[in-house]
Amino acid sequence: MSAHKVTATQKQGNRMMTGAEIFVRCLIAEGVEVVFGYPGGATIGIYDALVDLSDIKHVLVRHEQGATHAAEGYAKATGKPGVVLVTSGPGATNTVTGIADAFMDSIPIVVFTGQVPLKLIGNDAFQEADIVGITRPITKHNYLVRDVRELARTIKEAFYIATTGRPGPVLVDLPKDVMAQKGLFEYPEKVELRSYKPVTEGHPRQIKKAADLINAAKRPVLYVGGGVIQSNASDELRKLAGILQCPVTTTLHGLGAYPENDPLALGMLGMHGTWYSNVAVQYCDVLIAVGARFDDRVTGKVEAFAAEAKKIHIDIDPSAISKNVKVDVPIVGDVKSVLKKLIESVQPLDTKDWLATIEQWKREHPLRYRSGEAIRAQYVIQKLGEITGGNAIVVTDVGQHQMWTAQFFHWVHPRSHITSGGLGTMGFSLPAAMGASFGRQDLPVISISGDGGFQMNSQEMATIVEHKLPVKIFVINNGFLGMVRQWQELFWRRRYSHVGLHNPDFVKLAEAYGCTAYRVRQSSEVEEVIRKALAHKDGPVFVEFVVVQEDNVYPMIPAGQTVNEIIDVPEPVTKASDGAPEDALMTVAKGQHISTTKEIQQ
Amino acid sequence: MTHTKDADQGTGESNNGEHLRRHTISVLVENKFGAFNRVAGMFAAKGYNIDSLSVGPTEEEAISRMTIVTRGDDQIIEQITKQLNKLIDTIKVVDLTFENFVERELVLVKVQATQSSRSEIMQIAEIFRAKVIDISPKSLTLEATGSQQKVDAIIKMLKPFGIKELARTGRVALKREFQGEV
Repeated sequence: MSAHKVTATQKQGNRMMTGAEIFVRCLIAEGVEVVFGYPGGATIGIYDALVDLSDIKHVLVRHEQGATHAAEGYAKATGKPGVVLVTSGPGATNTVTGIADAFMDSIPIVVFTGQVPLKLIGNDAFQEADIVGITRPITKHNYLVRDVRELARTIKEAFYIATTGRPGPVLVDLPKDVMAQKGLFEYPEKVELRSYKPVTEGHPRQIKKAADLINAAKRPVLYVGGGVIQSNASDELRKLAGILQCPVTTTLHGLGAYPENDPLALGMLGMHGTWYSNVAVQYCDVLIAVGARFDDRVTGKVEAFAAEAKKIHIDIDPSAISKNVKVDVPIVGDVKSVLKKLIESVQPLDTKDWLATIEQWKREHPLRYRSGEAIRAQYVIQKLGEITGGNAIVVTDVGQHQMWTAQFFHWVHPRSHITSGGLGTMGFSLPAAMGASFGRQDLPVISISGDGGFQMNSQEMATIVEHKLPVKIFVINNGFLGMVRQWQELFWRRRYSHVGLHNPDFVKLAEAYGCTAYRVRQSSEVEEVIRKALAHKDGPVFVEFVVVQEDNVYPMIPAGQTVNEIIDVPEPVTKASDGAPEDALMTVAKGQHISTTKEIQQ
Repeated sequence: MTHTKDADQGTGESNNGEHLRRHTISVLVENKFGAFNRVAGMFAAKGYNIDSLSVGPTEEEAISRMTIVTRGDDQIIEQITKQLNKLIDTIKVVDLTFENFVERELVLVKVQATQSSRSEIMQIAEIFRAKVIDISPKSLTLEATGSQQKVDAIIKMLKPFGIKELARTGRVALKREFQGEV
């Protein structure tokens, strides 16, 4: 980055230039490769500067919400900050959902919004919105640049704040006249903020306390969140789990942090987690939370969550500690650096009995679903996991397909799973997959949505086709807003209220965008079409899987309850609720090689 | 600036019976556009109580001091402190409650005063070492400074005469130089 900086300044000497040009040169100096944006009146000057400064790739999205999700997808896939550039007013307000999403999931993005000229601010001017005020509670920090002389330093600070500590979105509001002012371009080498100094090194005394607890543990569990992936600490995690012979369960965002073909893997925990991960957490005596935040979808009833366990919590954000669950040993610091220190202070544990108990639970309560002629979404995901061997970046939307993907895909790599977890934003998958695809060409990028979520940002099909991105776009079509329908079925006496969807012909729609498209209706065709889609080389490919309409995600711990209230797949019956003949109960347990997946004939 | 909001439980007890202790928190923030809003907004967004909040410049031009009086059980107060620290513009957060500190509040009270009641009001003012800062045939305006209890007390004493208008600054506080060691 500093190399960029030197050339950029040297080339320019001390020439006066517009704020717009300074802005673009700052992005180049910061090492930004791609900007997701949409022009407008307030940013027309910046877009003019982009004409001559073509070092930066600008991607014209079709809706500003798509830009923010694309930036999130890019950031999650690459670990680098995502960048968005939109105009004032509606351009800015359209980014709000994506910003809130990035805030909830701690994703480093920097959003630049145009603003009306300074003298018009507060005047209800055309396309004016107080975006700094609007986004104050959903950004890590935000700025209104009032003088061109503050511009470069502000941009440097924005990237620094977004990417350090607990990452998050930062917004910079750029009034049109400031961007027209002339100034000198000088990009600061580094940032020094007296009010912002994230702690990265864990306190030795706390690490010692944690090690003492761990060394005395008989039934430890590692509860691992997205922080492990953000901090690139998967290797350290494996090492620690290996030394301790400690089972590992991951949150939704932790999927991929620990390989699921390892016998210590428990898969995901929480509301739709595996039976055995939730039970293991309930019975553990030491819970080691790493880069996870005790979210309500993980804990259920807080008082009952790992009630018997001593709890250690490693997190970069002090405010995440003891927010929901009181912990015994908090360690504030960067997960990677803390795990390194912890590895040096722990001893191998004898967990044979504990692991044997867990193995038995895995055998007795694997993930299950019924498969038949009609396609089950779980089957599609399981096949996708087997065929790719987990070597793919899978970007999900929100709802049943998201949980099924979390459960049945074969997670082995960090950064292979991208989803909207905290905010639960439908419409996330397609644009986020697009962003991921711009950042990563080494692995296939697969977008999975439901028929509801796909339609919330389907306009980005045009962007994906325009750039010939090799995204595999899978829509799991059950004709319902499935997760809401499931809740209505289970908890609202099956009184369905506005959950049925009248859908377009998705294949025709994809084709209208110029995308190759397939529709699959039979289980027997699933594998072949997945292989065909993965082999597709020329741009994106779209596949609609028409699946069983009414199917539920199991196991399920109802909101606010405990593992004792867990609902597992109802006992096998010969017919599914839709009357389709069912012939096989499929079972999957984490921690096994995928080839061991068994099919039990009924 | 004073903003008063009732606690969820009028008794000052939380659901589990833990006492909602009153805390005086001193916050040094960068004197930047929107910094005050971030603090006030954080309290609103997280649903924390603010009994009073005052803000003003400090000995250093670029820094403002906010004095916040809030209530909560230990866990809430811990979160409030952490959330304040988390704001990028926050330089320092001190919960003065566990320190030896001085705090003062100023109040202006415009009280109805007739010829017959005026001297009685002025006697009260004298007891509280309050000053008369405005006078009219029908009113007296008093200025009083002191702890919150003292300010509450003078208001209580003046109430029977009829308070026309009242303005309180909210509390400001500083840690004592000597924390007991002398």
